[in-house]
Formats: sequence, C-alpha cells, structure tokens
Amino acid sequence: MQTVFSIAVDALAYGMVLFVISIGLSVTMGLMRVVNLAHGAFAMIGGYIASYAARDLGLGYGIALMIAVFGTIVIAIPIERLLYRRIYGAPELTQVLMTIGITFCIIGIANYVFGPTLKTIPLPSRLQGSVDLGFRSIATHRLFAILCGLAVAAALWYAIEKTAFGVKLRAAVDNAAMAAALGVRTEIVYAVSFAIAVGLAALGGVLGAELLPVEPYYALRYMVTFLVVVSVGGAGSIPGALVACLLLGGIDTAGRYLMPEFGEFFFYLAVIAIVCVFPRGLAGRTR
Amino acid sequence: MATMNEALARAHGNRRKFGRDLVGLSVILGLAVVGYLLFPNNLALLTRMTAIALLVLSLDLVTGYCGVATLGHAALFGTGAYAAGIAAVHFGITDPLLMLACGIFGGIVAGLLCGVVILRAHGLPQLVLSIALIHLFHEFANKASSWTGGSDGLAGIAPDPLLGLFAFDLWGRTAYVFGIVLLAVAFTLLRLIVRSPFGMLCRGIKEDPIRIRAMGAAPKVTLVKMYMISGAVAGAGGALNAISTQVVGLDSLSFTLSAESLVMLVLGGTGSLFGALTGTIVFMFFEDIVSAANPFHWLTMVGALLIAVVLFAPKGLYGTSAGAVTRWRETRR
Repeated sequence: MQTVFSIAVDALAYGMVLFVISIGLSVTMGLMRVVNLAHGAFAMIGGYIASYAARDLGLGYGIALMIAVFGTIVIAIPIERLLYRRIYGAPELTQVLMTIGITFCIIGIANYVFGPTLKTIPLPSRLQGSVDLGFRSIATHRLFAILCGLAVAAALWYAIEKTAFGVKLRAAVDNAAMAAALGVRTEIVYAVSFAIAVGLAALGGVLGAELLPVEPYYALRYMVTFLVVVSVGGAGSIPGALVACLLLGGIDTAGRYLMPEFGEFFFYLAVIAIVCVFPRGLAGRTR
Repeated sequence: MATMNEALARAHGNRRKFGRDLVGLSVILGLAVVGYLLFPNNLALLTRMTAIALLVLSLDLVTGYCGVATLGHAALFGTGAYAAGIAAVHFGITDPLLMLACGIFGGIVAGLLCGVVILRAHGLPQLVLSIALIHLFHEFANKASSWTGGSDGLAGIAPDPLLGLFAFDLWGRTAYVFGIVLLAVAFTLLRLIVRSPFGMLCRGIKEDPIRIRAMGAAPKVTLVKMYMISGAVAGAGGALNAISTQVVGLDSLSFTLSAESLVMLVLGGTGSLFGALTGTIVFMFFEDIVSAANPFHWLTMVGALLIAVVLFAPKGLYGTSAGAVTRWRETRR
C-alpha cells in the first residue's frame, strides 16, 4: 500500500511536470504544424536562468521563477522571428533539421556559458519538508508541482474556452486561412501562443528540476519524452495532453519502481501499443 | 509519330540516366582513391564513413522515395551489425562474405518488423513510433547480454581473410577496399531499383497514396517491401562496420545514430541517392574536423551548419546545387 501510494504521488508529480512542459509544444504543434524539437531546449534555458538567479544572485525562489519565465520568452522571441518564421509550412524534415540545429546550438552555448556540471535550483524552506495529509505525508515539492500543473491546466482551459483570444486561437488551429480572411491577425496569434508555449516550457523546466535535472544535454535527453507525450495525447488538445502525461508518467514511474533493470523498455512498449491503437493520439481529431 | 518521338525521348532519357549512373559510380571510385591517397593513416574513419553512407542510402529509400519520416533507422543498421557479430562469435561463421550475408539477412528481418509497425501511423505519430522502436531495440540488445555483450559490446570478432586471399590488416586497407566495393555494388543496384516500375510506384505512393490504391496497387505492401530492401542495405552497412572494427557496440542501435543519419540525409538532400552520399561525406568530415579543432564547440558549429543549410540550401546541399546547375543550363540554351 505504501509502495502504491508513493508510486502514485511520484507519477502524478512527474506527469504534471511533463504536462507543464509539453502542453506548449502540443499547442504550437497543433497550431503552427511545426515539429519543434527545440522545445526542451527552452525548458533547459529556463532551468539555467532560475538556477543562476537563485544560486548565484541569491534571489528568492518565486522571483527566480518569474525571471526564468520572462528571460526565456525574451530569448525565444528573436529566435522565433529570425528562424522559426521561415519554416512554418515547410516539409517536416526541414523542420526537424532546423530545430535540431537550434537545439545543438543552445546545448553548445549552455555548455560553454554554464559549464558541463549539473545545476541545482535551491528550494525555499517552505517547499523542503513534507506535508501531512492526515493519513500519509508527501514531499511538499511534489505537492507544489502537482498544484502548479493543475493551475496551468485550469488557466489554459479558461483562456482557450472562455476568452476572445481563445476563440481566435481555436479558429486559427482549425483553419488558419479562413481565420485570417475573417480578420483574425494570425501572425499575432502565432507569436503570442509561441511566447506562452516557451514560457510554460521554462516554468516546467524550473518546477521539474528535481525530477529532470538541469544539465547541458537536457534538451536532447528529454526531447523524445516531450514528443512522445504530444503525439500520444494528440497535438493541440489540452485534455489529451493531460491524460497522456498522467498515463505515461504512471507507466514510467511504475516501471522504474517495480522493474528498474528493464529501464525504459515498458515505457516505449506502451507508447507503441497506444500509437498503434490510436494513430492520431488519444484525443486526436480526423482532419 | 508522337509515340515514336516519345520512345526516342525515353531512350534518350534512359541513356542520359545510364550516363549519370556511370558518372556517379566513377565519382565514388574516384573519391575512394583520393581518400586513400590523402588519408592513408585514417582509413578507419573512411571505412566508417562508407558504412554510414550505406545506412543513409538505405534511409533515403524509405524517407526520400516513400515519404516515411523515421528517426529510428539505426535499428536496421544495428541489427545487421549484431547479426554479423553474433554469427562470428557464437556460431563461428568468420568468412567475411558469409558474415555480410548474415548482416543483410538480419537487416531484412528488422526492416520487415520496423516497416510493419512504423507504417501504421502518419506524420508525427509515425516519427514517435520509430523513436519508440529504436529504444526498444536498444534496450533489448542491452538486456540480452549473453548474446550481445550488453553495454560492454560484442568483442572477439575475427574475420577470416577475404576470399581466402586478403587478410584484414592493421591499417584497414582490406576493410576499406571491401567497403568501397560494397558501396559501389549497392549504389548500382539501388539506382536500378529506384528507376524500376517498383521504384516509380514508391514515388507515386509518396505523392498520393489514395490514387495509387484506386489504381489497384497496395501501398502498404509496397512500402513494406521497400523497407525490407532498405533493411538489406542498412544491414550490409552494419555488417561492414562489424567486420572492419571487429566489435559491435550498443551505439550502433542508438537514437543518436538514427538522428544523425536523418540529419545527414536532409543535409545532402532527400529523394536522390547522390544527395545521401553528399550529406554523409560533408557531415562526417565536418564533424571530424570541427571536433578535432575544438571539442567544446563542435556541437554549436554542427547546429549552425544545419541552420545555415535550412536557410540557404533548403533542398539540401546536393538538391540545391543540382537545381542551380539545371537552371544555369536552361538559361544558356
């Protein structure tokens, strides 16, 4: 029972971190049809900035988190304008080539600027202990990650379903040409949602630094995981991404707890099974 | 009259393509001689390039000609390498040509398996299926350590002299010549295959699978066949690598190798065997030179090269320069 509970908590925390990072990728992929392999690199930039702000400048955790999110967006916007804009609508392979190139560059630069060592983000004392839930106690940081994930999911759901921007975004996802003809400025919608996606990636990178440690090869190591989550959930779908994150987080965590010697064997077996049964992802729509 | 003109044009076209085959073949052999003369102490690198070139050619068959995006093609290469290695270590098959046959067979089996799984989806899910497959192959080879040596790699491969005459020497001369001959033969066969009606059918499926099905062909069966041919080529590359380095490591089944081979292919230009060769040569030389010059920045430089290619040569190095030559010819006419 103890094992089941700790697997469940860890799986939930891991799944939520995955969700925060990859929901941005899911939205950009559904919206702009860009296979963005560099998404993990933005999460890594967020982690580095937060680590620098909290450890070397001695700022508080919350402030470091803010700086990381905004800093990453500031770094990402010129990259979007100069490089991504040229590959919208290009063939998939071109996009893969370009975004892998961007990832390599970011890894090389991070390695040069911050050195090849692992970077930690010191937690404030309030997040370090554990919380008593009455019948069990769980690590506060895990609870914090879970709550942040839920908050992000709720905020995104509200923004997309209830606000004017959400209406434009959904219109642009479904039919960009028609939305543009009806007066939606799709360029701005694209830019804003790209910025939000990158900001969420940075947020996830900071929140998940305990589970996915920040180091120069972070971008390559977890790139596959984020891609897998998006395609299992179905690109552009928030509920799909949430279910996929919880499912895959659960399978991965349970596999690591119960059969550590098999590594990621069961994770990828499950991925193959799911994609074979749902070729468009769990919540994918026919186009 | 019209039909005769067409027939003439076709004969002329065939002759021109045949000419291009000969040019391609002589370029390969010429480059091989130049490489041998320029880098006599670095034949191991050149042989590895030959093996990787076979992998990239094989990837071009499914990606460039059939439009199947895959990030897991090293599965075929690694299976070929392990098949040849296991045959040599566990079954005592040490004749290089028999090892090569084992590698090709292993590659075909892996190609059948991967083809059947990967072709179930399209677009991004297809990419993800291929990634999951290469990780499964990697974990499996890691777990079956009594056969594959696990993370230590499969050592102790000692191939016999080639044809009983040419021993595999310390300098790697025999392995180099063996590899170049293998590459030339594979290239010639592949040129014939991609130009055959079967190759045309594959191109048609890439363009419009629904129409091909309406015409009465079975797209999936055709693509699986192409996957098996591709497996044979990649398996041959894997076997060449096993024979020349005499060790098979888990890296030959890695995601990194798959991703690098896709990068090489797109760098050179998809849908043309020359593009695959160009991409391999440029990428591997670039990587070798840059990582020797500055081990800290090579990844940044490789990344910058990839971005530059997308911005300035969107069809790949070979595709863009071939297009430029065609335009130049047309303006001169």
